[in-house]
Amino acid sequence: MKKIKEFLIEKIIFLCGIASIIFVLLIFFFLLKEGLSLFKTTPIFKFLFGKNWYPISEPPEFGILPLLCGSFLVTIGAGILSVPVGIGCAIYIAYIAPKKIKELLKNTIELLAAIPSVVLGFIGISILSPFIKNIFNLPTGLTALTGSILLALMAMPTIVSIAEDAFYSIPKSYIEAATSLGATRWQVIWRVCIPSAGSGLLAAIMLGIGRVIGETMAVMMVTGNAAIIPKSIFQPTRTLTATIAAEMGEVVVGSEHYFALFAIGIVLFIISFVINVSADILLHKNK
Amino acid sequence: MRNPKTTQKIAFFFLFLSAMLVFLPVIFIIFVIIQKGIGAINLNFLLDVPRNGMKAGGIFPAIVGTIYLVFGAIIFALPVGVLAAIYLSEYSKNNYLNRIIRLAIINLAGVPSVVYGLFGLALFVNFLKFGVCILSGSLTLGIMILPVIITATREALENVPKIFREVSLSLGATKWQTIRYVVLPNALSGILTGVILGISRAAGETAPILFTVAAFYLPYLPKSIFEQVMALPYHLYVISTQVPNISEKIKYGTALVLLLLVLFMNLIAIILRHKFRKKKSW
Repeated sequence: MKKIKEFLIEKIIFLCGIASIIFVLLIFFFLLKEGLSLFKTTPIFKFLFGKNWYPISEPPEFGILPLLCGSFLVTIGAGILSVPVGIGCAIYIAYIAPKKIKELLKNTIELLAAIPSVVLGFIGISILSPFIKNIFNLPTGLTALTGSILLALMAMPTIVSIAEDAFYSIPKSYIEAATSLGATRWQVIWRVCIPSAGSGLLAAIMLGIGRVIGETMAVMMVTGNAAIIPKSIFQPTRTLTATIAAEMGEVVVGSEHYFALFAIGIVLFIISFVINVSADILLHKNK
Repeated sequence: MRNPKTTQKIAFFFLFLSAMLVFLPVIFIIFVIIQKGIGAINLNFLLDVPRNGMKAGGIFPAIVGTIYLVFGAIIFALPVGVLAAIYLSEYSKNNYLNRIIRLAIINLAGVPSVVYGLFGLALFVNFLKFGVCILSGSLTLGIMILPVIITATREALENVPKIFREVSLSLGATKWQTIRYVVLPNALSGILTGVILGISRAAGETAPILFTVAAFYLPYLPKSIFEQVMALPYHLYVISTQVPNISEKIKYGTALVLLLLVLFMNLIAIILRHKFRKKKSW
């Protein structure tokens, strides 16, 4: 009796152990199941490189190029802002800050990670966007730039914490050796620590960018949602994620538009999969 | 060549600046929400239904809805997550399968939240025919927070010294008895940390519940898990973008309630973790 119980429990534990694999496969399967139907009517080339996202005109067009450009533009902007600041902040925390300030900064960053994205989006709409509008004298404050700034902030917890870990994993002897040769603290950081933490820093940047591409609510609230290929960062734009969130509520289940939104989901899933797997490989290489 | 000391001063200044560029916005955001939202918060706001097209009244149904959803998500994610962590830390050998599970967890944590929404819509709402309801939303959120719970629990289990297990096994206990009566009790605060972080994450997410459960406006409480509910994060989204002319006070008040809920959870988690780390000197 005891043996049977033990056997059953072990089977259940094993099942839960592989649950993560099952769920990842299920997610991918259901995205494919619903999304691939689109390609019966819209060829995949026209989907990926079509310049027009007109889901409700007659006949509809499902080209996601404007959305890809939107996501790309907002992400590049967020990357330019967040990478130097985030890595700078990680260096400050890891090597320079006194213990108390270090704790304070780390707790603040944890706090930031906990703030729901819809709250940040709300702040973006009510404070950041009017500010951007006034400062650049724009017709609207809901622009790609507004999204980039907000997303840069949201990427910080990821970038800072992983970069910080990368710095901590550098062998102490490297730093001691450089210091004993008479290098200043900055020379040690610049010449020894940053190069040695290389692949960890790269992983931090990639995961930060992964976070930015996948972010939905905040970006939908502040970027203005115009599905056109943006010409500058001062224009409204629309990302892949925002398109799904904004349009799924209004589509008929089983319509072409419904399939198209799932097809965008496939694109997002693949992007995040590639980013996460390569970042993991980089982090493993580091150890 | 500049003096290395001067270079260092300049460099350190910029590093300090980048730390401030992260620190100050967070403090500013929290300060503004508290300052502008605190005036809205009173018993009436917390315990009344939205009235007059959400321009007046309170947010009670949204608070209750979020509690239901989070509770449902935890009921699903806690057992599965803890057992998964037990498998990873106690049963699995360091092999190929282990590596794939790890990768799957990382990917589960990295999937964009709106993709979870799509998945929940396709599987729970349409394929299993649960419809747009609490059950669908809770399960979607539950899968989303699984990585949080697995990671925290696994860390907690691995921190329990090996010798505890060896003693228990040598006394004739079976492997499961050892886990159940020796390992789990000693990992409890770590597991709790994971659960609380999971709750906080589930309470704040909007995209996964958009098409699986969230109701735009529903001024009464649900009677079963097959009904829709309002939820705090979605309600904040609705009143700040979808409905015009909502007073600033109501918007900031709603944001403050959501923020406090999430920060309170995180505070408990931080305190638990500190206790847990201190106690580690068995």
